[in-house]
Amino acid sequence: MRRFSWFNATSLTLGFAFLYVPMIILIIYSFNASKLVTVWAGFSTKWYGELMQNEAFLDAAWVTIKVAVISSSIATVLGTMAAIVLVRAGRFHGRTLFSGMIYAPLVMPEVITGLSLLLLFIGIGMDRGIVTITLAHATFSMCYVSVVVSSRLISFDRSLEEAALDLGCSQFEAFRLVTLPIIAPAVISGWLLAFTLSLDDLVIASFTSGPSATTLPIKIYSAVRLGVSPEINALSTIMIAIVTFGVITASLVSKRNAVNRQREEQAAARMT
Amino acid sequence: MAETVFAPWDDSNAKPLIQFKNVTKRFGEFTAIDDLSIDIFEQEFFALLGPSGCGKTTLMRLLAGFETPTSGEILLAGENIVPVPPNKRAVNMMFQSYALFPHLDITENIAFGLKRDKMPKPDIDARVEEMLALTRLTQFARRKPHQISGGQRQRVALARSLAKAPKLLLLDEPLGALDKKLRQDTQFELMDIQEKTGTTFVIVTHDQEEAMTVASRVAVMDEGRIVQVATPDAIYETPNSIYVADFIGDVNIFEGHASAAADGYDIAWGEGQKPLHAKTSVENLDGKQCYLAIRPEKVSISAQKPENVGNAVLGKIHDIAYLGNISTYYVGLPDGKIVKAQTANTRRISRRSFTWEDDVWLSWTDTAGVVLGR
Ligand SMILES: Nc1ncnc2c1ncn2[C@@H]1O[C@H](COP(=O)(O)OP(=O)(O)O)[C@@H](O)[C@H]1O
Ligand SMILES: [Mg+2]
Repeated sequence: MRRFSWFNATSLTLGFAFLYVPMIILIIYSFNASKLVTVWAGFSTKWYGELMQNEAFLDAAWVTIKVAVISSSIATVLGTMAAIVLVRAGRFHGRTLFSGMIYAPLVMPEVITGLSLLLLFIGIGMDRGIVTITLAHATFSMCYVSVVVSSRLISFDRSLEEAALDLGCSQFEAFRLVTLPIIAPAVISGWLLAFTLSLDDLVIASFTSGPSATTLPIKIYSAVRLGVSPEINALSTIMIAIVTFGVITASLVSKRNAVNRQREEQAAARMT
Repeated sequence: MAETVFAPWDDSNAKPLIQFKNVTKRFGEFTAIDDLSIDIFEQEFFALLGPSGCGKTTLMRLLAGFETPTSGEILLAGENIVPVPPNKRAVNMMFQSYALFPHLDITENIAFGLKRDKMPKPDIDARVEEMLALTRLTQFARRKPHQISGGQRQRVALARSLAKAPKLLLLDEPLGALDKKLRQDTQFELMDIQEKTGTTFVIVTHDQEEAMTVASRVAVMDEGRIVQVATPDAIYETPNSIYVADFIGDVNIFEGHASAAADGYDIAWGEGQKPLHAKTSVENLDGKQCYLAIRPEKVSISAQKPENVGNAVLGKIHDIAYLGNISTYYVGLPDGKIVKAQTANTRRISRRSFTWEDDVWLSWTDTAGVVLGR
C-alpha cells in the first residue's frame, strides 16, 4: 500500500478547498439572518421562506425546467437521428462536410450561436419567449447528444439489426426492439447532458429570451447585478442540492448496474 | 429393393429449392460473386467451402436478402426472391457472430421471430419449449446471453433461427468459435437436428473436414466462382482440378507430359524416370501438359520394389510425422521432389519398419491417381 505522504495530503486538501470553499461559504450565508451578505447575524431559514413567496423567481424556475425538459427531448431525438446517419450511412458524397457541420457548434463561441439565432428569430418575425429559448437550446445541445450517441453506435454490432430483420422485423421495428434498447444508456446520458446544458445556459438564453419568459440563470444574473441578496444564496443552495442529489443518484445507479453485471458474469463463469 | 439414396441432384425431374442463375455481385470495382449458378435441393445439407475472402458470406447474404445481386436471379421454390426484403423471406440465418440480443434472455431470444409473426402466446411458448429441448438449453431458459458459455450461445443462435421453421437455414461458420472436441460433437448434433426437422441447410465453413462430415454435397469456391459441386466422396476421389484436389485434403501432384496409352495415359515427368501410368476416362489430353494427383494414403511404402504394381519410384525418407493413429512419411525423390505417403499405425511405434534416411519404394496402382488437365 502507498504510504501516507504530507505532500499528497496537502495537495488534496488545497485542491478540494479551491473547488468547494466558495460553495460552502455560499451555503453558510444562505442561512444568515442578516440582510447584509457579509455580516453573520445568526442562523435562520427565513430567506428560503421569502424565496418561496417570490413569484418572479418561481416563474423563472418553472420556465427553466420546461425549457430544459422539452429542449433536451427534442435534442435527443434529432441528435440520435443525426448520429445514426453519420455512423450508418457509410461513404456518401459530402459525408466529411456533414459530420464536420454537426460537430462545429461544439466549438463555436456561444455568443455567436446566440447572436445568429437571435437574428434568425428576428428575421422570421418570431416573438422571443419560451418557444425561442427551447428551440435555441435544442439546436445547440443536439450536437452533444449526437457525439455521445455516435460513440456508442460505432461499437454497435450491425449483425444484431440484421438478425432482427432476418427474424421478421421491419427496419423500424428492428430499431425499436433491438437497437434502441441496446443503445438506451447512451441516449439517456445524451438527454441528461442536454438537460444540464440547458439548465445552466446563460449566454444563449439571454439572446433568445424575451420579456414574456426569463430563465433562472438570467434572473439570478440580473438580480446579482443589483447586489447579492441572501435570497439568491438560498436559491443557489437549492440548485447545488438538486445537482448533488442528481450526480450521486446517477453514479449509485451505474455502480449498482456494474456490480450486478459482474456478479452475473462470475456466476456464469463458475457454472459452465 | 435397394434403399433409395438421397440424390435429388441426379434426378432430372427434381425441382431445386434454390436456384442461382448467373448471379454476379460487385462491390464497386470488386467482383465478390462472379456469374455463379447453382441448384440446391430440398432437405439438402449443402456446404460452401473455400478460402477466406472467396465470397462465401456474400453468397449467404444474397440468400438472406442483405445484399442485392448486381445481375442475375435467385429463385426460392421457383420464385424470384431478389425483390423480397429479408423480413419477408422464408429463410433464416445463423450469424457468424451469433448476433444474440444481449438485452433479452434465452427464451425471449428464441421467441423473437415467432412474436413478429403474431403467433398466439401459447403456441409461442410451446414452440420455444420444443426448441429449448432440441438444443438442450431448457435449464438456461432465463439466462441472458452473457451468462452462458460459447457453446451454449451457439446453440441459442441455432434454436432462434430454427424456431420459425424456415424453408432454408443458413449457417455462416457456425462452429468457428468452438474447440475441436465440442466442434465434432456439435457437427453430429447439427446433422441430427437437420434430419429431425427436415430443413434445408446451407453451411459455410473453411474447414474441409467439417464440410465432409456434415454435408450431402460440397461446393468448393474460389474468387467468387464455384469450382466444383459434388458429394463429399466424389469431391475427394475425383476432384475436377488441382485447386480442388489441393484444397480438399492432402495430395501429391506430379506434373508431366501425357501420351495416350492403354485405357489412359503415360505421363512423362522426371529426368530419367519411367513414365507414370494412369487409367482414366479423361479425354483429349494426348500430347498435352497434365497433372497426376495422388492422395498420400493411396501411396504404399516398402523396402523392396513391389511386384505387379502400376507405378513405383525409389526415394529416401526425409521426414516422418507421427500423428498417433497414422504416420506420414515425407520421401525425397532423386530430383528433389517430396512425396507424402501415409500408413495407419497398427503396430506400436517401437516396431516401426522405416526410419530417417532409409531408401524406400513408393508405389501405387494405375487407378489410384486422378489425371487433371489443369
Ligand atoms: N460490403 C462490402 N463492401 C466491399 N467489399 C466487400 C463487402 N462485403 C464483402 N466484400 C468483399 O468481398 C469478398 C468476399 O467476402 P466474403 O463473402 O465475406 O468472404 P468469405 O466469407 O468467403 O471469407 C472479400 O474480399 C470482401 O472484402
Ligand atoms: Mg465469412
